[in-house]
Amino acid sequence: MARASSAGRRSAGRIQVALIGCSHRTAPVEFRERISFTPKQALDAADELRRQGILDEAVVVSTCNRSELYGVPTEVGITITEAMEDFVTSFHQIPRAELSGRIYRRIGPDAVRHLFRVASGLDSMMLGEAEILGQLRTAYGQALDHGATGPVLNRAFQGALEVGKRVRAETEVGARPMSIGLAGVKLAERVFGNLKGHSALILGAGRVAEQVVDHLRNRGIGSLRVVNRSFDHAAELAARMGGEALRWESLESVLGVPDVVVTSMGSTGPVLTREMLERAIEARSGRPVFVVDLGVPRNVDSRAAELYNLYLYDSDDLGDIVEQNRKAREAEVPHAEAIIAEHIAKFESWRAALEAGSIVDDLRDRFHEHREILLRERLGEMPDLPPEERERIMRITKELIDRVLDQPAERLRTGRGMRGRLGAIEALRHLFGLDGTSEDKE
Amino acid sequence: MTIQLGYLSLGVYVASFVCYARILYAPNVWLGRLATVLLAGGILFQYYALLERSRSMHAVPYDDLYGSMSLFAWLLGITYLFVETFHRQRSVGGFVTLLLALWIALLGLVAPREGPAAPPARGPLFALHVTLNTWAYAAFALSFVLSLVYLVQDRVLRSRRLGAAFWRFPALDVLDRMARSSVYVGLVALIVGGVLGFIWQHRLMGRYTWGDPKVIVTVAILAVYLTYLWLSRSAQWRGARAARLCALNFVIVLFSYTFVNLYLTRFHRFF
Repeated sequence: MARASSAGRRSAGRIQVALIGCSHRTAPVEFRERISFTPKQALDAADELRRQGILDEAVVVSTCNRSELYGVPTEVGITITEAMEDFVTSFHQIPRAELSGRIYRRIGPDAVRHLFRVASGLDSMMLGEAEILGQLRTAYGQALDHGATGPVLNRAFQGALEVGKRVRAETEVGARPMSIGLAGVKLAERVFGNLKGHSALILGAGRVAEQVVDHLRNRGIGSLRVVNRSFDHAAELAARMGGEALRWESLESVLGVPDVVVTSMGSTGPVLTREMLERAIEARSGRPVFVVDLGVPRNVDSRAAELYNLYLYDSDDLGDIVEQNRKAREAEVPHAEAIIAEHIAKFESWRAALEAGSIVDDLRDRFHEHREILLRERLGEMPDLPPEERERIMRITKELIDRVLDQPAERLRTGRGMRGRLGAIEALRHLFGLDGTSEDKE
Repeated sequence: MTIQLGYLSLGVYVASFVCYARILYAPNVWLGRLATVLLAGGILFQYYALLERSRSMHAVPYDDLYGSMSLFAWLLGITYLFVETFHRQRSVGGFVTLLLALWIALLGLVAPREGPAAPPARGPLFALHVTLNTWAYAAFALSFVLSLVYLVQDRVLRSRRLGAAFWRFPALDVLDRMARSSVYVGLVALIVGGVLGFIWQHRLMGRYTWGDPKVIVTVAILAVYLTYLWLSRSAQWRGARAARLCALNFVIVLFSYTFVNLYLTRFHRFF
């Protein structure tokens, strides 16, 4: 397993990040399934891309909503993303024509911007979702341990993780709940604070109930009880989620215990009446109770909302809150984009400094190449020149090149504001034919 | 010098308020820490302002309205800083620092800034008695602010119309505990301060004065806050009703601090 060494090995080329990928924005789930990578496949693909000489560094990010291949090309050209696409089609045995319109390609700052937006949750199906940051961290960590990354992708991914953290800490993009279940649980936290040490009762054992239970568990709820008309279903959900299943007949007797009650049952009339909840509050010495009614038709008598220390939210209320939150998250996007722009500028500045260093090495190699050709020609015309004199001439010319390049090398290494001088560096590269062009080609 | 330090503390409190208010809308850990540091800075500057005043008067600055109000604001800041640190909760800082800034601006406008002539020496026991009682009032003021925030938060939760800042405020349970913490601080300060006052008076006069309106109102304050603590744990009162009671109790504190001090008492009239 060879370590990637892009910055050191690459010559006469720009240092860039390239990306190809598909996501929920460009492809349906049937296609995304076919192009996804298991963790092992992701590492194998990274190895193969480097072995084939397409990329110097590679990270494959594959989640249920996106499959993306980030890399640092050995040689930058307009065909690099095509080479990456060819690789993907052969790796997954997908006809090339099927990629059309479903794959996006980015190179340079656009690729880095895309990575930072993904890390911030701005490109996610649910704006600002937090899970993607963990998935990026895992994908990058595995590639790093495997030796598939190098200085450029290390810098890009570490930057992305930092951007993701900053965006979540400094903006509201990921702050407010975006699902009805989570909104209910977060509202309960507005009453009780931390849910550790509190108890919840779930009425119903369907999918909605399961989602809420999942959120309650994630938020550290102390104890969990499940009541359902079918005891078997309640027992199944309780066993899966680490709670306790209770029989339907015991509902009223246990109603005074929980701080949070979540109902999601199919019923024609209220399952919990005002009187039942009034008795429950009495039984719990007036301590507040938070009731989330996700049933349609509603499972809780709406008059119960008038009870002292009872907070009742139904699915419409929570739906409105989720909609408010969606708008609030969207309003925060410009703030997140500003953070991203700041980090792209930092990355580009670092990349420019790295390129500036490499261009001097490229120049030195080119000068020495010319020197050797010239010396071979000229010294060939002087067959009588003693070997020690030949050696002296060679040493002097080598020293001359090193002296000429020492000062610009030092300036490039230590100079500030390299990003602003990128144009000059490009011109220099072009002037000396270090970008692969020559007079013949032009 | 006292005036300049007073303005400086006012400026720092305003800066702290801006930071606290900002984190309600855009959460930022560092800005939150800066808000706390600025509040601590304001308290420090105000301490030096009070110290300057004390030096010029050779007494704790409670013998005039300006000094007394300034001491009250300073103790309110300290109590809040303690409650914020204890409960690790910054989101009500905006209200407290706003109150502090307005209070100091108000006292700059209404109270005479010149220090009074040096009051008669009454000794450290008396100084401690007045300081502790002022501290109690400051702690009750904080519980008043926290109870108001509780009531607003409760109303918002019941109306189901959640605003932008809703998610940043502390949970009802946390607000309830914060309010009770400040009432505990206030009660301890009031009881110890009161006892010290009685001891001082007995040493000076050889008797206790029970009939003074200030003493009667102080006992009433003690009673209403003890009742609040008791009721806030009962089935019928816990929650919004207890918060309403706590907010109402502060009316008696205000009455004691203003009307009683200025018009009713002979024994406790200092300005």
